[in-house]
Amino acid sequence: MALPKPPKPKAPGLLKGLGVTLNTLAQTVKPKKLGGGAQTVQYPHEKETPPIRARGVIALREDNCTVCMLCARSCPDWCIFIEGHKDLAPPRRAGGAPRKVNKLDRFDIDFALCMYCGICVEVCPFDALFWSPEYEYSEPHIADLLHDKSKLGEWMETVPAAPDLEAGAEKKKGK
Amino acid sequence: MMLASVPYWLQSIFRVLGGAVAVLLPAGTIVYVFLFKMMSFMQSRLGPMEAGPYGSMQLFAEVGKWLQKEDITPERADRRIFRMAPLLVLVSTFLLVAVVPFGPEAYFTNFDAGVFYMLAVSSVSTLGILIAGWSSANKYSMLGGLRAAGQLIAYELPMVLAVLGVVIQAGSMNLQTIVVKQNSDSIFGWDGIGNPYILTQFIGFLVFMIAVQAELTQAPFDMPVAESELVSGYMTEYSGFRFLIFFIAEFATAGVFALIASVLFLGGWGVPFRWFGWAPNGSHEIANWMNVGGPLIMFVKMMVLAFLIMWARFSYPRFREDQLQRFAWKVLIPVSLVNIMLTAILKVVF
Repeated sequence: MALPKPPKPKAPGLLKGLGVTLNTLAQTVKPKKLGGGAQTVQYPHEKETPPIRARGVIALREDNCTVCMLCARSCPDWCIFIEGHKDLAPPRRAGGAPRKVNKLDRFDIDFALCMYCGICVEVCPFDALFWSPEYEYSEPHIADLLHDKSKLGEWMETVPAAPDLEAGAEKKKGK
Repeated sequence: MMLASVPYWLQSIFRVLGGAVAVLLPAGTIVYVFLFKMMSFMQSRLGPMEAGPYGSMQLFAEVGKWLQKEDITPERADRRIFRMAPLLVLVSTFLLVAVVPFGPEAYFTNFDAGVFYMLAVSSVSTLGILIAGWSSANKYSMLGGLRAAGQLIAYELPMVLAVLGVVIQAGSMNLQTIVVKQNSDSIFGWDGIGNPYILTQFIGFLVFMIAVQAELTQAPFDMPVAESELVSGYMTEYSGFRFLIFFIAEFATAGVFALIASVLFLGGWGVPFRWFGWAPNGSHEIANWMNVGGPLIMFVKMMVLAFLIMWARFSYPRFREDQLQRFAWKVLIPVSLVNIMLTAILKVVF
């Protein structure tokens, strides 16, 4: 069966192709004020705002971490290093026994190994890990890409607020 | 002639310097204006912006980078031939520019077989490319070299035939005479703007420009260097300044061919209007300042034609090898043959 013939273009395809490049040229040369300009950004001089869900770097909210090790164990290339110790916290109610909590001593992510899969962020049950769109953390030495918990905590500031829930979605019940 | 009063050795030095300027200045301008800037704009980016204002010094940065690189010759390559090949390609460019007239007296040589010489010399670069591909001892290089040879020979022919129309109309193979004729002739009796052959030889002009595009191995005819199939074709094994020479030769030849096309079709160094004071048949009455103005006019025309070449280069995807050959033998050559026939008939009738 013969395929239906495509509609004939108004201008010959060859001329159309030349038109596309010429239009792009005119659009790029046009001054910014008139809505022209290139699609690209002159990076070190002007910065691009990354999309809100960009996977730039992984940030850590230390208070939420319970040293459960889920992230470290689920990391495919073992780039998360966690150490902690048991500690005693004051009881919730007066007269109760002191609570036993896990204190975080070390939380390092080696971004030379990290492949930005985001499994650790997904797997964290206590909302301690977040994606941040921050991208300017390159280092001249590869070893310097091992970032500790204070640096990961600094990146918490760049984490965008959680987007609103969809209409009709169930709100998490607070205790 | 002004130069006649200076000794011969000084004339020779002037000629060499002039040749270097006539080859390298168009090449540099084309690379910066078209390859760096226009191509970037056509891809909605700004291109080099850091080296000098608007990246205008980028070319020097690139040349400096290439000159620093190691000049590698593959172990199994035919050493002497391998090292000679890029120079051979560049030499053909310098030989080409020798016949281009830039003004009534501003030329390197002026002889009656100019067109013949130009067509002959332009195929010397084919030899350079072929031996570059062959001597590299690399299958990609060899395939690229063979493709280049097949392509350049196939498109040499339509180019010759397209130029023939101009030669018939001008009645001369002397490029200087062709320029003068274009600016002082008339189109079917109307002599308002002389007779730039782009008007009466438009088919010839189209065929010539397409053939030039293929001769320069610019896209859509860039199979000899098709990077997705042949790495870099005949240039694969070249590095450092030998690659740079290939690169310069590519764009210098683009400039020289644009110059030749403007001589053949756009009226060369003249502006064909009546108020210009052209002598009826001959250049003896043309003012002396045309020796300065002529090169500038040529440069403008060269830029216009180079823009067309580069515009097509950046717009079209690559042909397939068989499409390329079919296009040359089944379309361009018959069309230019018909063009020659029509030109000859009209020449006899009028």
